[in-house]
Amino acid sequence: MKILVCISKTPDTTSKIAFKDNNSKFDEAGVQWIINPYDEWYALVRAIELKEKDASAVLHLITVGGADVEPIIRKALALGGDEAIRVNAQSDDRYFIAAQIAEVAKQGGYDLIFTGKETIDFNSSSVGGAVAELLDMPYISLATKFELNGTTATVNREIEGGEEVNEVSLPVVISCQKGVAEQRIPNMRGIMAARTKPLKVVEPAAVDQLTSVVSYETPPPKAGVKLVPADNVAELVRLLHEEAKAI
Amino acid sequence: MSVLIFIDHSEGHIKKSSFEALTYGADLAKQLGTSAEGLLLGTVNDDLAALGKYGVTKINQVNNESLNNLDAQVYAKAIGEAATQTGAKVIVFSHNQNGRAVAARVGARLKAGVVTGAVALPKTDGGFVVKKSVFSAKAFANVSINSDIKVISLNPNSYKITAGEGSAAINQLNITVDAPKVKVVSVNKVKGEVPLTEAEIVVSGGRGFKGPENWGILEDLAKTLHAATACSRPVADAHWRPHHEHVGQTGIQIAPNLYFALGISGAIQHLAGVNRSKVIVVVNKDPEAPFFKAADYGIVGDVFEIVPKLTEEIKKLKGIA
Ligand SMILES: Cc1cc2nc3c(=O)[nH]c(=O)nc-3n(C[C@H](O)[C@H](O)[C@H](O)COP(=O)(O)OP(=O)(O)OC[C@H]3O[C@@H](n4cnc5c(N)ncnc54)[C@H](O)[C@@H]3O)c2cc1C
Repeated sequence: MKILVCISKTPDTTSKIAFKDNNSKFDEAGVQWIINPYDEWYALVRAIELKEKDASAVLHLITVGGADVEPIIRKALALGGDEAIRVNAQSDDRYFIAAQIAEVAKQGGYDLIFTGKETIDFNSSSVGGAVAELLDMPYISLATKFELNGTTATVNREIEGGEEVNEVSLPVVISCQKGVAEQRIPNMRGIMAARTKPLKVVEPAAVDQLTSVVSYETPPPKAGVKLVPADNVAELVRLLHEEAKAI
Repeated sequence: MSVLIFIDHSEGHIKKSSFEALTYGADLAKQLGTSAEGLLLGTVNDDLAALGKYGVTKINQVNNESLNNLDAQVYAKAIGEAATQTGAKVIVFSHNQNGRAVAARVGARLKAGVVTGAVALPKTDGGFVVKKSVFSAKAFANVSINSDIKVISLNPNSYKITAGEGSAAINQLNITVDAPKVKVVSVNKVKGEVPLTEAEIVVSGGRGFKGPENWGILEDLAKTLHAATACSRPVADAHWRPHHEHVGQTGIQIAPNLYFALGISGAIQHLAGVNRSKVIVVVNKDPEAPFFKAADYGIVGDVFEIVPKLTEEIKKLKGIA
């Protein structure tokens, strides 16, 4: 079995979000970079668990980005995985990114492709679906549970107010979220091993960029909280009804 | 050259998020000087012609019961073909669970640029620029779509539904539907509860509630308001509440009209999932809790004392005391 996990680099969850160059670029000053939590905690850890159960399984990681992504991909390799592939290109366009991954995946012949539910910076939830379409594979999004029995996967998919249980034969593309696995902390042996694992750099395929970011904005600040004394809950309800018109 | 809006449904009924997408798509069509049409895959019990009240002139249907379950691959092919048959230039989805499964797939199929999580109508004077939520609702990006066909998915609860008069024509599309590869074995829905992502009002609890046995007062409040219930991450991690209630950066992102944060500190990762809510009410015994900075209304007090009183006062207001 061959598994491919898509890894993205994102700012740490506590990063200050600011923009520069006339609001056209994200201001990276002082930002700590992490593996996108959905990719790391759920997609990658579940793939590692599958490999632990099946010693013949091969696990590859892929990222699309510049050389600055390499520390992040090494961190991912410290958790697990046999080798990583970096497609040497920078883009905000999800189609472009998906097409690069699909290009590599076509040659790799993967049975399972995992992504995170979304990245915490661009929040697109787009790459997995587009990869699946370009490879003509089934796609199950927002998985909360993934079990494999031979070549049949049983996957819980989030729907409004609950879940549905899906069954599908490999190959398949899955986007993972909470429930699929539990976060792991890399150990010293993993960190040492990651240093010597192969990290292949491939040049991007010629693909059109279908979208481009023009500018960023930050939302206007809140006006400030109206505090109501604890012994006057009725006043809060009146405000919510008459002023906010929310109840 | 029309705007085609994907109509999502479950258990025979069209979802509220689709009424929003229909209104948005119809307004966009008006802005572009073209017509808006709906697309429904499968069958529903609702009156399709009545969807004309949201401003669409036609509802295209692929009347095939196998489409009542979603297989993203089968759906993308059918939607792609429907878009070609109807000459659609813009395809609108809701950025809900099913929208996340198919919008980007349809984009890749049609080689159409995709913007998911849109929060406003695009700017179309001289280009096509869509404002979307990024950095977990801490910012917006204005994204230009440069392809001929465009795909937008609208963040739920970000566009006001308007209903007027009007009736839509029904058009049955003749599309070959592939056999699904994904089999739906079972559906586990929490019965009798309002789905979190569709709710107008959300009542959410944090570690301030001390333990799962104390959630009764929160549920009473939710029931009184016909609200959905949510929780912070540590609450779900400790299994005090089910995982699907976990909101925040690593949980579900919501944008209700009204969000009650009860005994939640307001960590940045929690706020990332809820700060698109229109009105935020915070109850916390610590006046320094960061959540007050993100709130519209607040009470510094004990949830065990305040929450039952809130329920009582709301019952009075609704005349059900
Ligand atoms: C990468 C990352 C991702 C994360 N993602 C998420 C996420 O998606 N969602 C999320 O929620 N968190 C997330 N977190 C965790 C987040 O940082 C906070 O730890 C968490 O939100 C705190 O939950 P809480 O407010 O319920 O608990 P606490 O921080 O323990 O706060 C409890 C609050 O209740 C108040 N309180 C206590 N007793 C009472 C009482 N009787 N009456 C009134 N108030 C009372 C206290 O004053 C306090 O403010 C994430 C963290 C990291 C590092």
